[in-house]
Amino acid sequence: MNMNVATGQRQFTALMRLFHWLTAALVLTILGIGVAMVASLADYHRLVAIHRPLGILILIVVVIRFVNRHNSKLPPFPATMSPRERSVASASELFLYALLVVQPLVGWGMLSAASYPITLTGSIHLFPILPHNVMLYAVLRRAHTVLAYLLFLTFLAHFGAVLFHSWVMRDGTFSRMAPWKVRAH
Amino acid sequence: MRQKLRLIGNARIHGAVAILVSSGASKLADTRHFGRLAGTAVAVLGVAAVFIYLGGWFNPEALTPARFADGFERSGGIHSGFRRNHAKGVCVSGSFESNGRGTRLSKAVVFNAGRIPILGRFSLAGGNPDVADEPEMVRGLGLLFNLPDGEEWRTAMINTPVFALNTPQAFFDRLVATQPDPQTGKPDPEKMAAFLASHPETVQATKIIQSHPASSGFENSAYYGLNAFWFMDASGRSIPVRWSLAPVQAFAPANTTGSARPDKNYLFDALIAGILQQPLQWHLIITIGQANDPTNDATIPWPDAREQVDVGTLTLDHVESEETNPCRDINFDPLVLPGGMAPSDDPLLSARSAVYSQSFTRRSGEKKLPSAVTPSEVRK
Repeated sequence: MNMNVATGQRQFTALMRLFHWLTAALVLTILGIGVAMVASLADYHRLVAIHRPLGILILIVVVIRFVNRHNSKLPPFPATMSPRERSVASASELFLYALLVVQPLVGWGMLSAASYPITLTGSIHLFPILPHNVMLYAVLRRAHTVLAYLLFLTFLAHFGAVLFHSWVMRDGTFSRMAPWKVRAH
Repeated sequence: MRQKLRLIGNARIHGAVAILVSSGASKLADTRHFGRLAGTAVAVLGVAAVFIYLGGWFNPEALTPARFADGFERSGGIHSGFRRNHAKGVCVSGSFESNGRGTRLSKAVVFNAGRIPILGRFSLAGGNPDVADEPEMVRGLGLLFNLPDGEEWRTAMINTPVFALNTPQAFFDRLVATQPDPQTGKPDPEKMAAFLASHPETVQATKIIQSHPASSGFENSAYYGLNAFWFMDASGRSIPVRWSLAPVQAFAPANTTGSARPDKNYLFDALIAGILQQPLQWHLIITIGQANDPTNDATIPWPDAREQVDVGTLTLDHVESEETNPCRDINFDPLVLPGGMAPSDDPLLSARSAVYSQSFTRRSGEKKLPSAVTPSEVRK
C-alpha cells in the first residue's frame, strides 16, 4: 500500500469512492448468487450464467481499482484509531484486495481444470488458464468455497468495524468513503 | 454528548469486545450508546442471516443438488471416482460432418458445413460401474462437440424417445421409491406402485417407451436429447427444438428371451467390436416444435408430423477405456451450449446441470478405480 496521505483531505477521491461502492455492490451480489446457486436446482443454470461473467468483471474492476489506489492521495485515518488499529485496518484492506483478485482467478482456474468452456455470454468465452486435471479441479473447487466464506467473513468484519466507528464512536470513518461529497468543516 | 463519546471512543478503541466487556461498568451503559452498539450487531447478523437464507439453510428439507447426489449414492452406492449415475461406460471419439442445413435453424457454429471433432461416452444408467449389461437397461450417449471458435456443445442423450419424469422432484421421488429395502435388499413394489399412482405422466410415458422396443446394442440404438431447447438464427428468430440421433446401422431387436446368460460386458463388447470393424454413424435430426408443443415436459412427445431436419452425420471411429481417455473426466452437462442455442423452460434442464455438476465435483477428488471396460477389454 502506498502511504500517499494528504492531511488536508477528508475523503477518498471521487473515483476511489466510486470503485469502492461498485466493488461492494458486485461482491455482495456475486456472494449471494454463489451461495444460492449451489443449493438450487431450478435456478442453478441462470445463476451460474451470471456468476461467471460477474466474477471476471470483479477481477477487472479490482485490478483497475488497485492501480488507481496506488496513484491516488488518501485521507488520514480518524484520530480515534490507535497505531495498532491503523495497521489492522491497512492489513485487512490488503487482505480484501488479495481475496478479490485470487477468488476470480481460482474460479477461472477451476473451470479450466475441469475442462469446462469458460463462457461469458453467448459465443464469448475465455481461454483456459490451467490444464485439464480433475484432481486439481477438486482442490480449486474446495478452495473457491473456502475463499468465498473467508471473503464474506472479512466483509462482515469490515462492515461491522465501519458501523462501530461511524455509528457508535461517531468518528467520521464512514464519511471518508461516503458515496456523496462531505464538506470539510 | 458527541465530544464525550469521542473521548470514550479514544479510551476504548480496542474493539467491540472490550466495549461489551466493560460496558456494564463504564459510561458506555449510556442507553443511546448501547442501542447503537446493539444496532451494529443486529446489522451484521442481519446481513449474515440474509446469506444463510439464500444458501437454503433455513429450509433443510428442500431438494438441493447435494441431496440429489446423496439419493443416487443411496441407490447405487458410492464407487470412488465414478459418476453417481450412468457409472458404467466407455469412451469414443470421431467427428461430426455438418451438411450446412442447420444454419437456417440456428446460428450456432456447429451447423456451418464442415467437420467437427467429437469426444463421446456410451454408458448404462445406474450408479454401479460394475453392473452386468442387460438389454433393457437405459443406454446413454454423451457427446462433446469441439467447435472451431473454441466454443463447445455438450449433450447427454438416452435411448428412450421420451423421459419417464417431468420434474426434478418426481425424479427424486422415483429414485427413493426404487431404492432397495434394507430388510429384503430389493425395492419395495408398493412404494413404486404408490409413486405411479400419483404420477400418471410417468405411466403414460412408460407406455410410449415400451412401444419402442430396445435394439440389440449401443451401435444400432437411436438416442434422444429428451428436453426441448431454443435455437436462435442470425436474424434473432427463436424456434423450439428437440434433437435425436438416428443410427445408420440397421435395427435388430434386443434378445430379451435368450436363456443363456450373456457376458457381463456384452453390450460394450459388441460396441467395441462394431467400431473396430467399421466406423459407426448416426444422423443428427433436429425436430422443430410449433407454437403449442410443450417445451417444459420431457414426458410428452411432439406430434410425429413435426418438421425434421437432418443436419449432419456423426461418425465414431475410435473406442477407448475410460481409464486412458479424457472422456472420464468430462461432465457431459446438457447446458454447455454454444451461442445460437438456449435452454427451454423444462425444469429438468437446470436440475440436470446442477446435479451433474455435483456428481462431477464429488468424483473429481476421489481416487479413480479401474473401469469395468478395461483397456485390455477394448483391445481384445
